[in-house]
Amino acid sequence: MESPTPADPSELEELYRLLAAVRQLDTAAVRWQRQGIIPGYAPLLGQEAAQVGSGYAVDPTRDFLFPTYRELGVARAVGVDMVEYMATHKATWHGGLYNPATTHFAPIQAVVGGSVLHAVGWAHGQRLAGPGEDGYNVALSYFGDGASSQGDVHEAMNFAAVMKAPVIFFVQNNGWAISVPTERQVAGGSVAARAAGYGMPSLSVDGNDVTAVLEATRQALAHCRDGGGPIVIEARTYRLGPHSTSDDPGRYRSLDEEQSARRSDPLAACEALLRTRFGTPDSFFAGALAAAEAEAEAVRQGLEGLAPRPGSEMFDFVFQEPTPALKAQAAAWRTESEHV
Amino acid sequence: MSETLSGPLSPAGNGAAAPAPLTLSMQGALNRALGEVLEDNPKALIFGEDVGRLGGVFRITDGLQARFGAERVFDTPLAESGILGMSVGLAMAGFHPIPEVQFDGFAYPAVNQIVSQIGRMNYRSRGALPMPIALRVPSFGGIRAPELHGESLESLFVHVPGLKVVSPADPHQAYHLLRLAGSMPDPVIFMEPKARYWQKGPVDPADAGALEGARIVRSGRHLTLIAWGAMVSRCLQVADLAAEDGIEVEVLDLRWLSPIDADGLAESVSRTRRAVVVHEAPRSSGLGAEIAALVTERCFNTLKAPVERVTGFDVPYPSGDLEDEYIPNIDRILFGIQRVLEHRRG
Repeated sequence: MESPTPADPSELEELYRLLAAVRQLDTAAVRWQRQGIIPGYAPLLGQEAAQVGSGYAVDPTRDFLFPTYRELGVARAVGVDMVEYMATHKATWHGGLYNPATTHFAPIQAVVGGSVLHAVGWAHGQRLAGPGEDGYNVALSYFGDGASSQGDVHEAMNFAAVMKAPVIFFVQNNGWAISVPTERQVAGGSVAARAAGYGMPSLSVDGNDVTAVLEATRQALAHCRDGGGPIVIEARTYRLGPHSTSDDPGRYRSLDEEQSARRSDPLAACEALLRTRFGTPDSFFAGALAAAEAEAEAVRQGLEGLAPRPGSEMFDFVFQEPTPALKAQAAAWRTESEHV
Repeated sequence: MSETLSGPLSPAGNGAAAPAPLTLSMQGALNRALGEVLEDNPKALIFGEDVGRLGGVFRITDGLQARFGAERVFDTPLAESGILGMSVGLAMAGFHPIPEVQFDGFAYPAVNQIVSQIGRMNYRSRGALPMPIALRVPSFGGIRAPELHGESLESLFVHVPGLKVVSPADPHQAYHLLRLAGSMPDPVIFMEPKARYWQKGPVDPADAGALEGARIVRSGRHLTLIAWGAMVSRCLQVADLAAEDGIEVEVLDLRWLSPIDADGLAESVSRTRRAVVVHEAPRSSGLGAEIAALVTERCFNTLKAPVERVTGFDVPYPSGDLEDEYIPNIDRILFGIQRVLEHRRG
């Protein structure tokens, strides 16, 4: 898809502010890991446009997003509290502390491809419930080129297509699944190309162009709302950072490749568009940067102030109706750990 | 399937007198229970492989699609992970999924969704995303079926935090436990003893009796035989035979495999002072080991013998020609009884 030309600067400025906030939060998180504030993090550096552009298009009051563990940018774009989101990386609670039922942002998912079927199930539920005045609510399933190798992703696409479920399979093809490049991961080189086999449409988009991603996601949402069934968006991007803060990309790719990829920085591309198209002044970019830095600092303070959850929560959330055996274990834990 | 005519197709009368006890096969009882769960809860959905038009390979869902429509009772593509993963999303959307995995061994391809997703989503989401999913699994052996159609998966499931596991032994239990499982707010693995599908028995829809914990099916004072699923009726046969020799066997139907009714076990064994646990699953780290530990913890001072286990072997479930050698048979259970009765402290 070609990058559409935005009509007015306000939306593009909002997108830029989101991109800047996500860039700051993401790079700050890596620092926080180095400083020992959080034990680990999976950076999204380079994928900001794919995440912000798609998340921005969604209506989180009605649609539902199913992330992996690398969707901070989506979470930020749909308004998930960043301290509650980062709580998973602070090892406070797997899945984070935000409420997935009210934010419509599913818990952070550690199993690659694990939540793609959940999105299909949720979307089928929307079909069973019937469309609203403005069509169906839509599930957005996020996964990557690595996850596309999982059998669950095939099952999910096939189920969705058979059932005409309103779900967008949003693939961030970032070139790398930890150390394995796309050409060793995705036969044929494209996940979007598989859509034809399931009889569903697909959009292949420059994932570093935030306006192109936004436009593609809006098209896909319209398709799903109209009852057209599932659709694939493949956003071609690049994971500029390591897989995680424990990873060492120097063992599997060259600095030349990384530097070459840096030339298509999504933040710089958005800035260039604003400057050339609308003549946006320096003061705007300085303001966006300052706001992003202030936000990251507030999140850092929030994280540092985040106390461990009480140990009783290990037991509290296993069931809606706890079993006698679990209550007994909780009582024994309390007696032996708190000496009460 | 004449018995289904008195079951699922007869509407439950509103305001009528309590229905009389019925005689149903376990298949008919399960079918009736599913129909009533769908009637009671408009959010309940049944889906899986061949459960719609066909009514399931065991006909447990017979007639339900015709009665409730293809939106509430539907066939999925043939993929167990898909069925269970979809259940997660439907539960998130406010539905109450009652999926079927066609045979026990076909749950293996869905283990990630059952273990990593269904069992954990309530926890991961801090209670915000409950998983009211009742997964029906035709289970255990005894029907000379192909490979991976005779597995006993209870040890796998009970080891997973966040899952509840139950197995009925007769039509009355099947009817009431499935109605209960289909209304619980947590995930339940409902293990149906497929070898018992066609045995008839009384079902009293109006009087469930207690459905929590274990139940004593036959009282006796010399030892407690502990079993679940299809092994309960076999243990009752064994108790009849033992009675001819003057041995009074108490038979305890565990029913709930997670959570296990440890108090109920202890209450029985503290009286009989001897216990034999019988299961089809392989022996090592089978549920019998957990039961032996629970009984020993609670009854150590009164036990007259170590808890005996009569189980399947640590081998893949064999072909039909050999399954009678594998499943605990009457002779092997009698040998187990003999061992606990003849035990002498060193």
